[in-house]
Amino acid sequence: MSRDDTVFIMGQGIAERGGSYKVTKGLKKKFGAGRVIDTPIAEASTTGMAVGAAMQGKRPIIELTYIDFTMLGMDMIVNQAAKYNFVTGGTQGLPMVIRTQGGAASGYGIHHTQSLEALFYHIPGLKIAMPATPYDAKGLLATAVRDDHPVLFIEHKLLYNTRGDVPNKEYAIPFGEAALRRAGSDCTVVGYSLMANKCAEAADILADKGIECDVIDLRTLVPMDRGMILESVKKTGRLVIVNEAVKRGSVASDISAWVSENAFEYLKAPVMRISGAVTPVPYSKNLAKEVVPDVQNIISGVKSLVRHKNT
Amino acid sequence: MSVDNGRKINNVDTETLLSIYRKIYTIRHFGEAGIDMYRKGHIYGYFHSYIGEEAIAAGVCEALRDDDYVVSNHRGHGHYIAKGIDLDKMMAELMGKSDGFSGGRAGSMHIIDNSTGNIGGNGIVGAGIPIAIGVAMGIKQEKSDRAVVCFFGDGAANNGTFAESLNLAAIYSLPVIFVIENNGFAATTQVSETSLCENLCDRGKGYGVAGKNVFGNDPVEVLTAARAAVKKIRNGKGPSIIEAKTYRHFGHHVNDPGDYMPKEELEKWNDLDPLSITLQYLKDYNVSKKTIAEINAGIEKKVKQSIKFAENSPEPDTKTFLKDIEAYDI
Repeated sequence: MSRDDTVFIMGQGIAERGGSYKVTKGLKKKFGAGRVIDTPIAEASTTGMAVGAAMQGKRPIIELTYIDFTMLGMDMIVNQAAKYNFVTGGTQGLPMVIRTQGGAASGYGIHHTQSLEALFYHIPGLKIAMPATPYDAKGLLATAVRDDHPVLFIEHKLLYNTRGDVPNKEYAIPFGEAALRRAGSDCTVVGYSLMANKCAEAADILADKGIECDVIDLRTLVPMDRGMILESVKKTGRLVIVNEAVKRGSVASDISAWVSENAFEYLKAPVMRISGAVTPVPYSKNLAKEVVPDVQNIISGVKSLVRHKNT
Repeated sequence: MSVDNGRKINNVDTETLLSIYRKIYTIRHFGEAGIDMYRKGHIYGYFHSYIGEEAIAAGVCEALRDDDYVVSNHRGHGHYIAKGIDLDKMMAELMGKSDGFSGGRAGSMHIIDNSTGNIGGNGIVGAGIPIAIGVAMGIKQEKSDRAVVCFFGDGAANNGTFAESLNLAAIYSLPVIFVIENNGFAATTQVSETSLCENLCDRGKGYGVAGKNVFGNDPVEVLTAARAAVKKIRNGKGPSIIEAKTYRHFGHHVNDPGDYMPKEELEKWNDLDPLSITLQYLKDYNVSKKTIAEINAGIEKKVKQSIKFAENSPEPDTKTFLKDIEAYDI
């Protein structure tokens, strides 16, 4: 917002209060009420307002507090924003960022816990960034705001309080470049957002048991660093994809399909998806932990792939 | 409001009237050419004619500057023409040719031309409304006195986007004019069945946006209301609604015979044709038949030229298209 005064941000409770997760704290004081705007609870029209402002030449950021609420703005995201470049014959950009967050946490209930990135992954014309670390969050957000096309910047509610080194200087992480969090030749483990961190945790424990993994944190789903995935699979022959979202129709499913199409001869075992159960997320603490992958699930999955024998 | 009740002609000089007439005649003639091209198979899919409603687009756009914006809908050719769009490229786009505004990818409902402030059309009823307030927010960010007009129908006026957008326009004092083209039907359903409101412009009251009801087929009445709304925006005083009552001459789109449109209504409104009303004004202003004939000839020539341009334009190249769309599969 400092380097480009056409950037402005809108959202519910973001200006005065600094946002539900305090992400926009201090912005109103620094940039003023004209550029840091509190909106009513009206996701369809406020998302549309971001679309129109981008068509007019500004660079809006809209915060939709929970990804579950993006459902109210789906026409504006899918029919309007995603298609603008195409419907203008590939000549016009639409520089808007939708910042939102998702992910399961117990006690939040069915409308505050979803991981819906697959819905947007399915729509041509949208880019998706899902940072797992504080360093990546800053670098990817810079790229998102500077991108001339619509970006869904999906944060995770359980990652807001994580700590990590973040340089004060300006930097931008390009989209389409995954991060290799760990190197190993026995199995490729791919994850993103919170699950990328769980993959790294699992890989640490697996290393103690003599199983070495390539851990790939995708960072962005669109564009996706397919090159890094394929290179790794060619080396290890085993692929586990971990995502928190519902298994059916997940991003993991899509990755599994094109890895089969492009690296079949390298595979020593079927591609494995470790995903959320096909269900909404329940309220009760006890039940909630049953429906999303945990570190133990990842460890078991990798072990079974390593033990897999083709008969 | 009927044609012959001796209404005043409010600060509208001959030049302005002629400008309005040119817009109306161009829209009418281009619309008829479009239907002809459709019947011949050069335009296909959907074509929603603006015939019968021309005075609204012409009257409103006459009040705008070149640097103002227009947001349209699926029935937008009249809006684009009134805002000064290039007929050649529009006809080419309607025919799906490579010299169209979008290289043939968009078609009739999605004409977009930023060079004339035409933010463009939409296949989703009501979607233009939040987009228009977004354009207005963009204007507010740059602190200019530009205006954005959003054209939509009685159908869209019942969509949730209208209610939400009225509220946003009011609280942020956005420089937007909501123009409701009430032509009596939302697709095939009569307005009386879809709303209990006699005047849809009254809906703004609940949100703090003033509305004005006008006879949409009288371009002077439309222009007068538009000028007042534009003045409000230039003075930083925020949004307005103009409801223009009109009627379409045909069904919802080119393949809809309009069986549901009562015959007596069609006949009554045909007598109130905006083109006839405007010609009557020109007569009152002592504009000669010769002048009008010359204007008409010039416009007919331009429309003919646009057809030729479109017919000569090549089909979009498939190899280029397939290469271009790789940009989405990343």
